[in-house]
Amino acid sequence: MDVRSQISMVFHLDKCIGCHTCSIACKNVWTDRTGTEYMWWNNVETKPGTGYPTKWEDQETYYGGWENVNGKVRLKSTGRGRIVPNIFHNPSLPSLDDYYEPWTYKYEDLFNAPEGDDQPTARPISKITGDYIDIEAGPNWDDDLSGSPVYAESDPNLDVLTEEERAQMFGIERLVFFYFPRICNHCLNPACVASCPSGALYKRGEDGIVLIDQKVCRAWRSCVAACPYKKTYFNWSTGKSEKCILCFPRIEAGLAPACFHSCVGRIRYLGVLLYDAERIEEVAALPPEEMIEAQRAMILDPNDPEVIRGARENGIHDSVVESARNSPVYKFVKDWGLALPPHIEFGTLPMLFYVPPLLPVMSKMQDGQIESVSDDLFHGFDQARAPLAYLSNLFGGGNTGMLTYALRKQMAIRMHRRLETVGDVDPEVVERMLREADCTPEEADEVYKLTSLCTFEDRFVIPPAHREEAIEMMKDPQEHKRSVGFGFLAGPKRGS
Amino acid sequence: MPGTDQFAHLDILLFGVLPYAAMLLFLVVTIQRYRSQSFSYSSLSSQFLENKDHFWGMVPFHYGLLVVLGGHIVAFLVPRSILWWNGHPARLYILEVTALIFALLAIIGLVALVVRRVRTPRLRPVTTTSDWVLLGMLLVQIATGIGVAVTYSWGSSWFASTLSPYLWSLVTLNPDITYVAALPLLVKIHIIGNWVLIAFFPFTRLVHVLVVPNQYLWRKTQVVRWNWNRRQIRNPSASLDARGAEPRRD
Repeated sequence: MDVRSQISMVFHLDKCIGCHTCSIACKNVWTDRTGTEYMWWNNVETKPGTGYPTKWEDQETYYGGWENVNGKVRLKSTGRGRIVPNIFHNPSLPSLDDYYEPWTYKYEDLFNAPEGDDQPTARPISKITGDYIDIEAGPNWDDDLSGSPVYAESDPNLDVLTEEERAQMFGIERLVFFYFPRICNHCLNPACVASCPSGALYKRGEDGIVLIDQKVCRAWRSCVAACPYKKTYFNWSTGKSEKCILCFPRIEAGLAPACFHSCVGRIRYLGVLLYDAERIEEVAALPPEEMIEAQRAMILDPNDPEVIRGARENGIHDSVVESARNSPVYKFVKDWGLALPPHIEFGTLPMLFYVPPLLPVMSKMQDGQIESVSDDLFHGFDQARAPLAYLSNLFGGGNTGMLTYALRKQMAIRMHRRLETVGDVDPEVVERMLREADCTPEEADEVYKLTSLCTFEDRFVIPPAHREEAIEMMKDPQEHKRSVGFGFLAGPKRGS
Repeated sequence: MPGTDQFAHLDILLFGVLPYAAMLLFLVVTIQRYRSQSFSYSSLSSQFLENKDHFWGMVPFHYGLLVVLGGHIVAFLVPRSILWWNGHPARLYILEVTALIFALLAIIGLVALVVRRVRTPRLRPVTTTSDWVLLGMLLVQIATGIGVAVTYSWGSSWFASTLSPYLWSLVTLNPDITYVAALPLLVKIHIIGNWVLIAFFPFTRLVHVLVVPNQYLWRKTQVVRWNWNRRQIRNPSASLDARGAEPRRD
């Protein structure tokens, strides 16, 4: 057992209202520099929809992630053997057109236009060339456009549905969508790290955050092609790749990342998971249907004395283990089995988990009212407005079992709370629902509390970074104390 | 004749002094640039902005240039092997034709790259003056090389017998320019172009050549960096120095 700690995340999709505050918080802090305008380290997609970059989930186009060739796991894009002949031209690199050309408006025209009969207008100009452009795509171009034949029907996850199911899903009465906020998953088996010829990408040993060493990156662009979630971006101006850094400077100071902190729907949870690093390779080589369960089994119980001993041996601070014990992520993923990784079949073992959406998906219209119970307690998942096959393609590795488990439990909890607060349902029915959903009333209340009444401290359990010890590692603390607070930082200047 | 005398001085300057100046500049500036601006070492790829013409320029140019440059280096390091190989006319033809084909690939690719840069507005903000100078110099260099190959046949043989000794005389700090001084003008331009390119190298994007990936093929698939080693820090017997500023990597 090789115990390591990882800062992990849970996004509760039922709570996401699609306001994009997270994206804006991130953009304002990290990506409003030249060359990063098109980057959305955090973005919110409408599902069904094509996402960003367009159709990123379609690995027959983008060649991201891992593939299993005769039991051997290898990169779908350019791994070891294939990088050598392809170093001059990466065959699977997306181009700016797969994202969009960033633009601004020529606002000065509003003031400088000569007097005339027309209202002056501010025409859009490209943020790359400075020329006038016709805007053809932009961030969240298909926002809220589920059901549209132009955008939503191109969602790669719809491929698994039958014609009938598709027609149903797009039927005007059944039309359904939910939001899918995405950041870097800080994977256990990151394809971006494995693909970097320079070794610029790395996973931090202390907390598992995946970063790009800007001074080692040489713009071979392999990471952009290799990441199946398309969460590494190429800065065309500096000639370096960049990605979500999970706001590590904030985390080290005990603050939640900007997107977490600003989340209006409070859908985001962050905490430590301890895991067994020895089993990464083995789990990554499993068939996708078994991967979710195996990944869950890799996550270790921070109350197990064996695990605590292993953590100590590996130099993990007791305060980190303590933090893992209070981790909301551990509860959602391990204790309750409610949170699932996105697209586990890509093989990167993402450490960002999603509580699958229940409400818009499961409820149906009855007499003009949204109704979520029927004679059949769980009112037949086959009646779900979004076919389970669609959701399980996103969150179940094609396996509906774990997805149904999470949805049933959520529904049972909802009924349990309805009994508590409104009292218009039969207690026996609720009891049966809870039993069938593998949930106790106590657990249901706990889930309810962490879902609905959660405070900052409940949602973000950030382990102390122990900067005092970190500094001691590098140099004499006294000397460090005398030398901070004054000096020069060099900006990221493009080479010639 | 004063004219001849002047040319002799010029020859000494261009073939005896320029090489040392170029090499010195190359060494000092590349090292200095790496130390003070390591961030600027990048291939500065523009594939992301223009992904179609990129293939047709980049691939032939790089493969062509690598083979031709490799040939020059082999001829410089082990001239006898080339002479031995060329001992048989059939083999000489094969070598010459192969070299010419790859040189043509390189120049076709380079022209395609120049056209791409001119034609694509999106590449304007990532094209500097030094890029244009570099493209021009490479164009001159490859064009004169092809010119030499076509007009003065069997260059692979006479390179080994005239230019190798010259280059070695430079290496041994005993420059002997008698061989070079007698060469035709086109060849001279090609040689001077080479020294100018070397001198200009550290000021351009050419530095990416020095940072081509080296350990990728044999390093571990995943990279983990530990910024501080907690096992050591909690060991009271280790001294501050032993706890090490060097991050642990595995």
